[in-house]
Amino acid sequence: MELIVASAIGVLTAGGIYLVLRLRTFPVILGMSLLTYAVNVFLFASGRLTIGAPPILSDDVTVYTDPLPQALVLTAIVISFGMTAVVVMIGLGAFLGSDDDHVDEQSEPRARTDGAEQNS
Amino acid sequence: MNHWIILPIVLPALMAPFIVLAARYHIGIQRVFSVAGVVFLIALSTALAWEVSDGSVIYYRLSDWAAPFGIVVVGDRLSTMMVLLTSVLALFVLLYAIGSGWDNRGRHFHALFQFQLMGILGAFLTGDLFNLFVFFEVLLIASYGLMIHSGGNDRLKAGVQYVLYNLIGSTLFLFALGSIYAETGTLNMADLAQRVAAIGPEETVGIRVAAVLLVLVFAIKAALVPLHFWLPSSYAEAPAPVAALFAIMTKVGAYAIIRVYTMIFPPDLDVTSNLIDTWFLPAALISCAIGAIGVLAARKIDRLVAFSVVGSMGMVIIAIGLFTPAGIGAALYYIVHSTLAAAVLFLISDLVRTGRGNVEITAQIPMAGTFLTAGMFFTGAIAMAGLPPLSGFLGKLLVLQASVGNDLVVWIWAVVLASSLLSVVGFARAGSTVFWKSHGTASDVPAPEDAIRPSVLSYSAIGGLFALLVALTIFAGHVHAYTTAIATDLFAPEAYTSTVLDTPGKLSTPKEGY
Repeated sequence: MELIVASAIGVLTAGGIYLVLRLRTFPVILGMSLLTYAVNVFLFASGRLTIGAPPILSDDVTVYTDPLPQALVLTAIVISFGMTAVVVMIGLGAFLGSDDDHVDEQSEPRARTDGAEQNS
Repeated sequence: MNHWIILPIVLPALMAPFIVLAARYHIGIQRVFSVAGVVFLIALSTALAWEVSDGSVIYYRLSDWAAPFGIVVVGDRLSTMMVLLTSVLALFVLLYAIGSGWDNRGRHFHALFQFQLMGILGAFLTGDLFNLFVFFEVLLIASYGLMIHSGGNDRLKAGVQYVLYNLIGSTLFLFALGSIYAETGTLNMADLAQRVAAIGPEETVGIRVAAVLLVLVFAIKAALVPLHFWLPSSYAEAPAPVAALFAIMTKVGAYAIIRVYTMIFPPDLDVTSNLIDTWFLPAALISCAIGAIGVLAARKIDRLVAFSVVGSMGMVIIAIGLFTPAGIGAALYYIVHSTLAAAVLFLISDLVRTGRGNVEITAQIPMAGTFLTAGMFFTGAIAMAGLPPLSGFLGKLLVLQASVGNDLVVWIWAVVLASSLLSVVGFARAGSTVFWKSHGTASDVPAPEDAIRPSVLSYSAIGGLFALLVALTIFAGHVHAYTTAIATDLFAPEAYTSTVLDTPGKLSTPKEGY
């Protein structure tokens, strides 16, 4: 269990970081999404892994899972969802406006030939 | 429990949807409500700052849940001072935005502005680390909207970089929070201070990682080298009033560093000792130098101001990095000064843009109102570069004075003095090229037709900021005494923690077995 969760977080983070380091908007946004998935699972695990235990305190339950990380993850999911939507819209606007989806700053002509080469 | 302290967060949070829903198509009504909200905020934050000026700590428990379980909003001298600074800055920025018509060049400026204020004020007032994350996100998502206000390709491209950089910062923040929660089981700052101090010397791996991750996040916000790359192009491309408001945003990072690394991970804590302070000062010194070099190399006025912000954040972090009461006291004084100075310079660069149509540092035809704009640029540059008689000089002097006794004192003096010299040269070069050389080429090129004179409101907003800078210079003794008192509080956080944790609320005595 611990191994699966830990390696899942590791693989997601590694993939996310690789994609974030790409130069074009779309892979970078995908990488951001992967990173947020990784961090969500990580937050979940921060309350310790427990199977089949309720997250609510009651008198006849002795083993329970920590409810706070679940609330934190919920907040983080909502925020990252909204942020991804915003960055997709801004990235799309920048791409449609300049015909260039590079994340770094480049001069217009070079970016255009770059795109043409990759299309052909 | 003090109910007023939640109001700086609730008021903009209500004002923003009201402006969107009720006044969507009426820019006049939007302006009235936006300004009224900010004026009320100033009154409120003045009252709050007055309330805690004797060193007491006021707090508000949401739903009255007791502190480690529920969320608290806490106001001490540090946070109320930052709240007051933010709301005063917001008023002048808002007046400029209205006077220059920036708020009417795209939609929802005022609503986003209020949301931005909500995020900034919330970040200053919260007493909970996860809530700090949430308020960071609120201020960021509003800033994304403001940053690309009125559109344009360059602005959108800079916006993409800004958003992505900050998203990565937010993800790191979550990783840090997860590690902290896994190690300590709490995210309340006062509770964390006690639990981190109780961690044994064998179990420090997780909390050390968390401390480093957290400082990375705050360093991104504070634009500390080498995490400053988002700042120059975003601040330069953002609309001028927005960039002026963003001047407080880097200070949110500085505030978070001060708060967390004096209360939760104080410098004398064994668990995290030598972790932060060893490389904090060198990074800040490099920031200061990079900022000055950027000022010297910039080819546009707005980039020049943006790099001077990097340099001034370097100064702030140098003073924080000393981790002494004198250092933090000097840092807080410099924070107030550099926020106002950066804001005023961004607004002046917009005056140049209005007059000439661009902000290139090249000799061009003279613009309307050159004399006044040049005078204001000159004064703003003096403040920013740290020449007497304005408050920048006093701020730098305080930092230099506080650094005596540190191991790196020679480096600090050398870098601060050399970077100040470079800034002076950079500002002088820009000012003389833009405002003096322009008269040489006046004859043969016709004046641009869309050149409009800035309104009286724009000028008075800038004048108001200058008045604050002058006041900060004249009352430097009082302000510095107050910031030193704040710093002394920070190094004795017992008043804060006991107020937050020991006052009873719901759930204050948990039943046995839970």
